[in-house]
Amino acid sequence: MQIARVVGDVVATIKAAELEGHKLLVLQPVMPDRSAVGRMLVAVDSTGAGVGEHVFFVRGKEASFPFLPAAPPVDACVVGIVDHWDLG
Amino acid sequence: MLLAKVVGTVVATRKDERLVSTKLLVARPIDPTGKPEGNYLVAVDTVDAGVGETVLIVSGSSARMASGLKDTPVDAAIIGVVDQIDVKD
Repeated sequence: MQIARVVGDVVATIKAAELEGHKLLVLQPVMPDRSAVGRMLVAVDSTGAGVGEHVFFVRGKEASFPFLPAAPPVDACVVGIVDHWDLG
Repeated sequence: MLLAKVVGTVVATRKDERLVSTKLLVARPIDPTGKPEGNYLVAVDTVDAGVGETVLIVSGSSARMASGLKDTPVDAAIIGVVDQIDVKD
């Protein structure tokens, strides 16, 4: 999993039927110091996250697991909203 | 998922038999502001997208979970046509 900041959302009327009702978020992966790192991506949301929040997300086929037994065609999914992190 | 702009089509007569009757499009990944980034890719279209449209592409093994692509040798599928991208932060 990686930490990211939610920076926006995506609206798509025509989409895979399994994606109906799911929120699509634009994520910017971040470093522990909250600076941006790497490319922005679009992820489906399973946690009710919103713009401005820090979240962690899973990539790959596992991204569809929060929706079992449904198997939506997604490769990135927000699976947690971060309250805080601490590197000691 | 990636945001991308559809820039063309691919025609291939000889191909894996599981790709017969799939629509192949050439897409260029973009960032949420529309700026191109990265290399062009070929993706199977599952939502009847067309050239010039901004689309959502699922890649890797998840692409096979798109409609009609079970056990198909693909690693990128177009699964949505983007109406609007809103970046507020």
